[in-house]
Amino acid sequence: MSLLVVTSPHAHGPLSTSQVMRTVLLATIPGLIALTWYFGPGTLVNVIFGGLVALPCEALALRLRKQPIAPFLKDYSVLVTSTLLCIALPPYAPWWLILVGVAFSVLIAKHLYGGLGYNPFNPAMVGYVVLLISFPLQMSSWSAPVPLIEGTPGVMDALRACFVPASYDGVTMATPLDVLRQNTGQTLEDLYAATPQLGHFGGVGWEVVNLAFLAGGAWLLYRRIFTWHAPAAMLVSLALCAALFYDEGSSSSGGSPLFHLLSGATMFGAFFIITDPVSSAVSNRGRLIFGALIGVLIYTIRVRGNYPDAVAFAVLIANFSAPFIDHYTQPRVYGHGKDQRDE
Amino acid sequence: MATSDYRELTVNGLWKNNPAIVQLLGLCPLLAVTGSVVNALGLGLATCFVLVASNTTVSLIRNVTADAVRLPTFVMIIAASVTCIELLMQAYSYGLYEVLGIFLPLITTNCVILGRADGFARKNPVLPALYDGLLMGLGFTAVLLVLGALRELAGTGALFANMDLLFGAAAVDWKIVVFADYQPFLLAILPPGAFIFTGLLIALKNLIDDNLQRRAAARAAPVTTGSKRVRVTGNVA
Repeated sequence: MSLLVVTSPHAHGPLSTSQVMRTVLLATIPGLIALTWYFGPGTLVNVIFGGLVALPCEALALRLRKQPIAPFLKDYSVLVTSTLLCIALPPYAPWWLILVGVAFSVLIAKHLYGGLGYNPFNPAMVGYVVLLISFPLQMSSWSAPVPLIEGTPGVMDALRACFVPASYDGVTMATPLDVLRQNTGQTLEDLYAATPQLGHFGGVGWEVVNLAFLAGGAWLLYRRIFTWHAPAAMLVSLALCAALFYDEGSSSSGGSPLFHLLSGATMFGAFFIITDPVSSAVSNRGRLIFGALIGVLIYTIRVRGNYPDAVAFAVLIANFSAPFIDHYTQPRVYGHGKDQRDE
Repeated sequence: MATSDYRELTVNGLWKNNPAIVQLLGLCPLLAVTGSVVNALGLGLATCFVLVASNTTVSLIRNVTADAVRLPTFVMIIAASVTCIELLMQAYSYGLYEVLGIFLPLITTNCVILGRADGFARKNPVLPALYDGLLMGLGFTAVLLVLGALRELAGTGALFANMDLLFGAAAVDWKIVVFADYQPFLLAILPPGAFIFTGLLIALKNLIDDNLQRRAAARAAPVTTGSKRVRVTGNVA
C-alpha cells in the first residue's frame, strides 16, 4: 500500500495567501481583547515581541534557502504562526521563552521541512510543545485572572516581566484545567465551591476568552477561510467524550461537557489551530475524521494524561495521521466508479 | 600495504565514510547516550576498543572460518570483546558503567562493528584491519563527542560535567559553566534533541562537502578555447 497524498488546492479560491493570513490575524483580535481584559497585557506583549522575533527568523531562513525574501515576508504567514504561538504561551512569559519558541517554530518546524505549504506539523504547536517539555516551570505558571486579584498588572509590569527576569512578581494561580487535573477526592460541586477560579463553567476569564475565540472563528467561517467540518467534529467529539464520562460530577469525573468546551484552549484550537490548511486532512470527510480524532485525544490527554491541557499534543498526533486519513478519504472523481487505488 | 591505503582508511573512517553520520550505523547508542560529554566519550572509547579487538581477531582467523558460519563466529568474537570492556569498566569506572547501563552490552549489536568485521576485516590482513577498526572507532567516537558536547551545552549550559566518572578524582572540577544562570533546555537532553542535533550535524557535513567539491571543481575547471583571460604567469594546470 502506498500512502499517496492528494495535494490541495482542488479548487481555486478567490483569496490570496496574504489576504487569508491577514483575515486570520484580524480574527484573533476578539480573543486577544478578552485575554487582555482578564489576564492583563501580558499576552499582547507576547504577541508583539513574538512578531518582532519571527520576521528576522523568516528572513534568515529564506536567505539561507536562497528564496526571495520580500514576497514571503509580505504573506503574513510567519506572523500568523508567531501570533498563534504567543497567544498559547502564558502571559508575562520571559523574552527568551518567546524567542526559543518562535525561532523553533519558524526555523525548524517550518523551514527545515520546506517552508510554507510543506510543513507536515503545525509550526506554532511544534514550538509550543518544545517549550512545554523543555521549560515545564515557566510554561505552567499562568497568571491569575484579574477579577480574582488586587491590582491590575499594567503595561510596564508586562514589559518588565518579559525583559527583566525576576523583576516582576506576578500572581499565578492554577488554571481550571490544573485544578481539575489535581482533584483527588472532591465532587465537582464541592470543587467549584472551594476554588474561586473555576467560575461557572470553564473558569473565570476562560469562559469569555473561549467565547471570544469562538466569535473570531465564526467570522472566519463566514468569510469562508475554512470549512466547518474540522472544528465542528472536534467540538462535538470533545463534548461527547465529556458527556459520556461526566457521571453527574463525582470526584473521578472528568468535568462537564461545558467545562471542556469553554476551558483551556478548546475554541482557540478548534478554529485557529486545527483549521491550518497545510497540516490537516484535505477532503471534507477527512476533516471530519481529523477533527473528531483531535477531540477524543484532547479529552483523553486532559483527563488521563500528565499535562493539564492537550490541544497541542492532540494536534501534533493528528497531523501525523493526516496523510493516512487522506489516503482513505479520497473523494470520488465525478463520472468514475468506486475508486481503484489499491489495485 | 602502501601508505596511500592507510591514508584512505584514515579519511574514510574519520570523514568520507564516517560510521555515524555517513553510514548512519549504530544510531541506537548514538541517540541514547549522547546527553553529556562523559557518557559519549565513555561509550565511544568502549566501542572503539571493541572495533579494534574484533577487527583484529576476525582478520587473524579469516582463512580458517567457513563462509557459512562466519556471522555467528563474528558475533561471538564481538560479544567476547564487549564482555571484556564491560568487566574492565566495571572494575575501573564503576560510576560510568552504571550510567551507561544496558548500552554497554548492546555494543554487541552495534551494526558498525559487524559491518566492519564482515565488510573489511574478513578480506584484509591484520594490520590494515586493526587500523581500520581504530579509525572507524575514532570516527564514531568523534561524532559521539561532538553530539554529546552540543547537547550538554544546549541542555545544561555547561560542559564536561561529571568527568570524574571516567577519569577519576582528578577530573572532579573539570566542569566548565559556559552560561551562568542558564535555564536547562530539556529538549536537547531528551531523545528528540538527539535526532535534531544528529540531523543538523549531517546537514553541516553535507554543506562542508558541497563547498569542498565546488571549490575543487572550480580549481579543476578546464579553460575553454576562445575564453578571454587575464595575463597569467606559468601554465594552466
